[in-house]
Amino acid sequence: MTPRFVIAVLLAAALAGCYREKREFQSPPQTSPPDVVKASELLPGDRPALRPGSKPTPDRSHLDENAYAVNQGKRLFRWYNCSGCHGGGGGGGMGATLSDAGWRYGHEPADIYATIVEGRPNGMPAFGGRIADEQVWQLVAYVRSLSGQLQKDVAPSRSDSLSGAPPENERDTKKPKPEAPPSAPS
Amino acid sequence: MRARRLLPLALAATAPATTALAQQRSAVVPGAHDALLAAGPQAAHIGALWNLTVFICTAVFCAVLIGLIVALWRSGRGRENLAPDLSSIGRHERGPYLSVLWSVGVSIALLLVLVAASVVTDRALARASLDNAITIDVTGHQWWWELKYRGDAPADNFNAANELHVPVGRPVVVRLKSDDVIHSLWVPSLAGKKDLIPGRTATMSFRADRPGRYRGQCAEFCGFQHAFMAFEVIAEPPAQYDAWAAAQRRPAPEPADATTRRGRDVFLGSTCIMCHAVEGTVAAARKGPDLSHVGGRSTIAAGTLPNRPAELARWIANPQDFKPGANMPATALSEDDMSALVAYLGSLK
Repeated sequence: MTPRFVIAVLLAAALAGCYREKREFQSPPQTSPPDVVKASELLPGDRPALRPGSKPTPDRSHLDENAYAVNQGKRLFRWYNCSGCHGGGGGGGMGATLSDAGWRYGHEPADIYATIVEGRPNGMPAFGGRIADEQVWQLVAYVRSLSGQLQKDVAPSRSDSLSGAPPENERDTKKPKPEAPPSAPS
Repeated sequence: MRARRLLPLALAATAPATTALAQQRSAVVPGAHDALLAAGPQAAHIGALWNLTVFICTAVFCAVLIGLIVALWRSGRGRENLAPDLSSIGRHERGPYLSVLWSVGVSIALLLVLVAASVVTDRALARASLDNAITIDVTGHQWWWELKYRGDAPADNFNAANELHVPVGRPVVVRLKSDDVIHSLWVPSLAGKKDLIPGRTATMSFRADRPGRYRGQCAEFCGFQHAFMAFEVIAEPPAQYDAWAAAQRRPAPEPADATTRRGRDVFLGSTCIMCHAVEGTVAAARKGPDLSHVGGRSTIAAGTLPNRPAELARWIANPQDFKPGANMPATALSEDDMSALVAYLGSLK
């Protein structure tokens, strides 16, 4: 066991641990979605959605381990104007704060998916049928990165534009805890 | 022209699994993509500089080769069994100094000629008249071109994508911006390349003196689908251009029959509305190409596919089949909904 041999074995072991992240461009075939109950009367545009929205099948929550998907989610968060209500870094505003520990409607990926697709009372529109399933899952992954739920090497480290919020991969992991939804304005 | 014939070969080599697709999407933009075919004064200046450079370099190359051949021819020939002739070592030579002097002098003179030609070309390009110019803001996106025509009054402005119509004989000022990464605008028949850099505005100008279709291409690697970020400049007689611009300023036409009405409902009730705009409807998103008059364009997806109903339907169903990595998601629609949507988009002339 010469030192050189040990180093070679260690290097080979390290090499075996490397892998290249796969970027999935093709989304899985969409199953005919069941109609879901809308929890919001708001929806983008002035026509009812053609596809009313879908249950989270197939489950694509594993995209939160894929840096490419999380970054796509970050782009869509801006494109689809989630940032308009939830703030650029998820700091909140008109909409709920997404970078803290409190979750009104559940913190699991399937819960966040349902919140985006079904909408929620007091202002969250129902995006079911408006945002492609794959993109909803990318948004779910990104939303979870806002409160530090993702691995540091997956969460985005920089923004394409000026941003006051700290980068998503430098945020402390907040332990999710349920939070009561606000009572409807009387 | 030869480059265009080689394009399908190159595509087939890079994507063997999708050869059929590659053959289909090549040779879609029919315009000329030829740096030697100048269609305007800017391209003509650059062409003249190119011709001079090629001429001088060819002359120098030939002179060097001739000198080499003459030297080889005149050199003494040794034999295997003879000792090498070393008599010239240590002998003082006069001739070589003169020839070195000559070649250095000629090289400097030719380099000065090239520098002077470059300066003259730059000045000619900078002095090109911009009277009565039309102004177009071109924004590069991954992977398509957004066009904003700027008129004197706000009502004269309109948006388009991927097909740049210009009037023949009028200068065009293009202001270049980028939404994401660095792109580069290149229409070899009309002007040189100019980069589109995020956060900056670059300006270039050109004039098309001959009507025709001139192909353009992104010339700075910008991601997966850089190669399929083409566009077309369509130079038309002024009257024809004015008619086109007037049509573009109008909102999208109302659907005329039941099929296109249904197509509009599909468009407004589906994922399309999140990114695309159709003037005259509630669809006003600016993240994808403006589709108000998409039916009048000859290609879709930035010169990737011909704008025919069958190709349009396949593109909407799954853009990732044609441009993997593009930001447009796959959209599952029933057959009826898809044909209605395609009919609606085709009716937007």
